[in-house]
Amino acid sequence: MSDTPDIPVLAVEKLAIALPAGADRLYAVEHVSFEIRRGETLAIVGESGSGKSMSANAVMGLLPPATRVAEGAALLEGTDLLKLDAEAMRGIRGRRIGMIFQEPMTALDPLMRIGAQIAEVFEAHGLLTPPERRARALALLEEVGIPEPERAIHAYPFQLSGGQRQRVVIAMALALDPVLLIADEPTTALDVTTQAQILKLIRDLQHKHGTAVMFITHDFGVVADIADRVVVMRQGRVVETGPAAQVLSAPSHEYTQALIAAIPTGRGAAAPPPAKEVVLAVRDLTKTYRSGGGLFRPARVVPAVKGVSFELKRGETLGVVGESGSGKSTLGRCLVRLIEPDSGSIRLDGHETMGQSAGEMRLWRRRMQMVFQDPYGSLNPRTRIGRIIAEGPIAAGVPVKDALRKAGELLAMVGLDASAVDRFPHEFSGGQRQRIGIARALALDPEIIIADEAVSALDVSIQAQVLALLADLKARLDLALIFITHDLRVAATICDTVAVMRKGEVVEMGPAADVFGNPQHDYTRRLIAAIPGRAEGDAFAQAAG
Amino acid sequence: MQTFRFLLSRLAKGILVVLAIVVFDFVLIHLAPGDPAAVMAGESGATDEAFVQQLRTKFGLDQPILTQLGLYLWGVVRLDLGFSYRQQMPVIDLVMDRLPATLLLTGAAFLFSLTVGVAAGAWAAAHKGKPLDRLITTIALVFYATPLFWMALMAVLVFSVWLGWLPAFGLREVGGEANFWERVLDVARHLVLPAVTLGLFFTAVYVRMTRASMIEVGRQDFVKTLRAKGLSERVIQRRHVLRNAVLPVVTLAGVQAGQMVGGAVMTETVFAWPGIGRLMYEALLQRDYNLLLGVFVVCAAMVVVFNILTDLVYRLVDPRIEVSS
Repeated sequence: MSDTPDIPVLAVEKLAIALPAGADRLYAVEHVSFEIRRGETLAIVGESGSGKSMSANAVMGLLPPATRVAEGAALLEGTDLLKLDAEAMRGIRGRRIGMIFQEPMTALDPLMRIGAQIAEVFEAHGLLTPPERRARALALLEEVGIPEPERAIHAYPFQLSGGQRQRVVIAMALALDPVLLIADEPTTALDVTTQAQILKLIRDLQHKHGTAVMFITHDFGVVADIADRVVVMRQGRVVETGPAAQVLSAPSHEYTQALIAAIPTGRGAAAPPPAKEVVLAVRDLTKTYRSGGGLFRPARVVPAVKGVSFELKRGETLGVVGESGSGKSTLGRCLVRLIEPDSGSIRLDGHETMGQSAGEMRLWRRRMQMVFQDPYGSLNPRTRIGRIIAEGPIAAGVPVKDALRKAGELLAMVGLDASAVDRFPHEFSGGQRQRIGIARALALDPEIIIADEAVSALDVSIQAQVLALLADLKARLDLALIFITHDLRVAATICDTVAVMRKGEVVEMGPAADVFGNPQHDYTRRLIAAIPGRAEGDAFAQAAG
Repeated sequence: MQTFRFLLSRLAKGILVVLAIVVFDFVLIHLAPGDPAAVMAGESGATDEAFVQQLRTKFGLDQPILTQLGLYLWGVVRLDLGFSYRQQMPVIDLVMDRLPATLLLTGAAFLFSLTVGVAAGAWAAAHKGKPLDRLITTIALVFYATPLFWMALMAVLVFSVWLGWLPAFGLREVGGEANFWERVLDVARHLVLPAVTLGLFFTAVYVRMTRASMIEVGRQDFVKTLRAKGLSERVIQRRHVLRNAVLPVVTLAGVQAGQMVGGAVMTETVFAWPGIGRLMYEALLQRDYNLLLGVFVVCAAMVVVFNILTDLVYRLVDPRIEVSS
C-alpha cells in the first residue's frame, strides 16, 4: 500500500486523553508520541494504569464512553484517525487496523460458529460473496495454524482451547491484510508454551505481510522476543523510547531500570535450606474428575492428580509448576481438602489426615492456609478488612476483640497501615489486596502456606514486592511454603525445590537450581525453552557483559 | 443422536413425574372433607342415607382408597381419566373440549409477552439512562406490581365499557351466520383483552430481564472484538448482543410456558373464557373428583411437556449446552 517507506504507518503525536471528572488524574495519557514503520514491531511497555491500552484504544477509536481525546493526532499513513467520524472510523477498523486482545477465552461470541465470525469481517466491509467469505475463512484458519480447519470452521468457540481461540482472533484481525496490527497483551493469559507459539505466529505473519505491529505488554521477556523498538510508559507519559536491545540492556530512565530489575531473574536461591523436620508428607495422592455420566451416557474421566508424592520441610519452599490443566491447582486444593482426594496419604506432622471427619479436619486445617490467585475475587467485597482477617480466628474460638487487634498487627506485618481494618476491599489495589490475603492466611498461625498463583495477576514491580514479603515472612515465622505457579521465572526465583507437573503427574522434582539448570525431563526442557526473552536475554547479557 | 437420547431420558423421567403427581393429587383430593355423592344427593333434595349409599356404590366410592387409586392409575395409563357423573360425559372429552380455548389464550399471551417484552427490553437497553429507558422500565414496573384481576377489570372497563372497542367476555359472539374469516376475526377480537391481560406480568419480567442482560452482555470482551472487526453497532446489538442476552429470557419463558394450561384460571373467570381454568373451578365447587383430577393430570402433563420443549429450545439457542449437560 505505502511505497514510500519514509512515511510511518502510524504516527501518534502529542496524544492526550482526558479522563472523566473525579478520576485520580486529569489525563489518562499526556504528551504521548511514537511512530511505527512498515514491518516494524513497537512494544509499548508499562504497568497497569500506565495508559498503554488507552493509547491503543484511542488509535482504534474504541475509547470508553466517558473518556475523550483532548489533544493530539494519530496519523495512519497520513490520515488523522482522531478527526474521522464514527462511520469512517468503522471503515478503518478491521480493514486498515486489526486488533487482538488479552483474553482469548472471552474474545469470541460464544453462540456463533468460528467460520461465521471470521466471515463477518468481510461482511462488515461489504467485501466478497458469502461462499468466497467462507473459502477465505478456511484459508485464514489454515494460515494461523488451526488443526483441521475444515472442522474448526464449524466449531463453536467453547470447543477450542485458549491458544486456538487466540489464533482465530488473529485470523480475524489479519483477514483484510491491515497495515497495522494492535496487539493488546495478546499472550498474557496464555501458558508459556502457547505464548511462545502465538508470538512466533505473530512474527511469521508480520514478516509475510509486512504489517506494522503495535505490541502492548507488561512483560520484558516478551519485549525481548518480539520488539524492534520500545516505548516505556508510566502514569500516562512516555518515559523512555529506543531500540529494544538498547532499552533492555542499557535502560536510561530509572523507572525502566527499576522495572527490569524487578523481573524475576530465574536464578535460584543460593543456599539450600538447613535440613529440618518434615511438616507435610504426601504419598500417592490421586484425584480423578468424572463428569457427565447419566442414564444414557458414559462418564468422562479426567485424572487431575495422579499418584503425587512429596515431602515438605519446615522453612522450605516447594514450587509446583505446570501449564493450565496440569493439575497443580487441584493438588493445592486437595492438600487443604477444599477438594476431597480419591486416595493417597497426607501426613501433617506425622499424623494421617485422610479419612477424617469434617470436625477433625477443622482442628488441623488452620495449620495449612491458602492464598488465592485473584486478589479481586478472593475477598468478600461487603466485609471490612479487619473482619476478613479475623474471621478464621473467631471461628476457631478466639474472642472477637483479640482477633481484631491481631488483624491490625498482621496488617502491619504485611506492610499495610493498621487503620486498614475498617476499610473495604475495593479501596485497595491488587497488590495491597494480595497482602491482605496473606495476612488472612497468617491469622491462624499456620505452619504451611499454599499460594496458588498468588502473584500471577500482579504487575512486575508489585510482584517483586509480594514475593519479597513472602520470603521475609517465611524466614521470620519459619513457615513452609507451597508455591503454585505457571511462571517458571517466579518459581526459579523463590523456590528451594520444584515439582514440574503435567497431566496430573509430577514429571520432574528436585532442587530448583538442578531442575532449571539441568532439566532431565523433556517436558521441563520444553517449558524452559518457551520462556519469553530467554535466548535474546542471554544474548543481551553477553553483549552487555 | 445426543438430542434423541436426551429426549428419551427426559420423557421417561417426565412420565414418572406425572404418575407421582397423580398419586399425590388423588390422595390430596380424598383428604378434603365432603364427597360428590353427598353433594349430588343434597342438590337433588334427597336425604335418604340409602340413596347416598347407592350413589357411592355406583361411583365406586365405597371401595378401599388404594383400590380406587389403583383403578384410577390403570385408567390414566390407558388415557382414560374416568367419567364425570355431574356432566354425564367422559372426563377426557370434557378436557379436550376446553383445551384448545385455553391453549389459544395462553399461547397468544405467551407470544405477546415474549415479543413485546424482549423488544421493549432491547429498546430500553439501547437508550440506557435516557428518558425512553426510564419510561419503559417504569411502565414495566407498574405492570409487574399490579394484581392480574384488577388489571383485567380495568381493561374491561376502559376498552369495552368506555371505549367500546373490544368485547368484554366470551370466545365468540353467540349465533350469527358468518364465513370462516369473519369467525377468525371475531375470535381474535375476543382474544385481545384476556391475552394481553394475562401476558402483561411476564411482559414486564421479560422487559427487565432483557434490558439487564443486554447491558451486561454489551460490556463483555467479545463485543470489543466485534467493534474491532468494523461491524456496525446495529449488527453488533442485534446479531450478537441480543442473541446472547436472550438466554436467561428463555429460562423464564420456560416457566411461563409451564403455566400454559393451569395458570389462566383468574383470567378465564373474569373474561368468561370457556377454557380449562373455568372447568377446573366449576369442578372444584361441585366436588367433581374425577373431573378435577383429570384437569390436574393434564396440567401436570403439559408442564412436563413444556419443560422438555424449553430444554430443547435452550439446546438450540446455546450450543454449549449439548456437551456440558
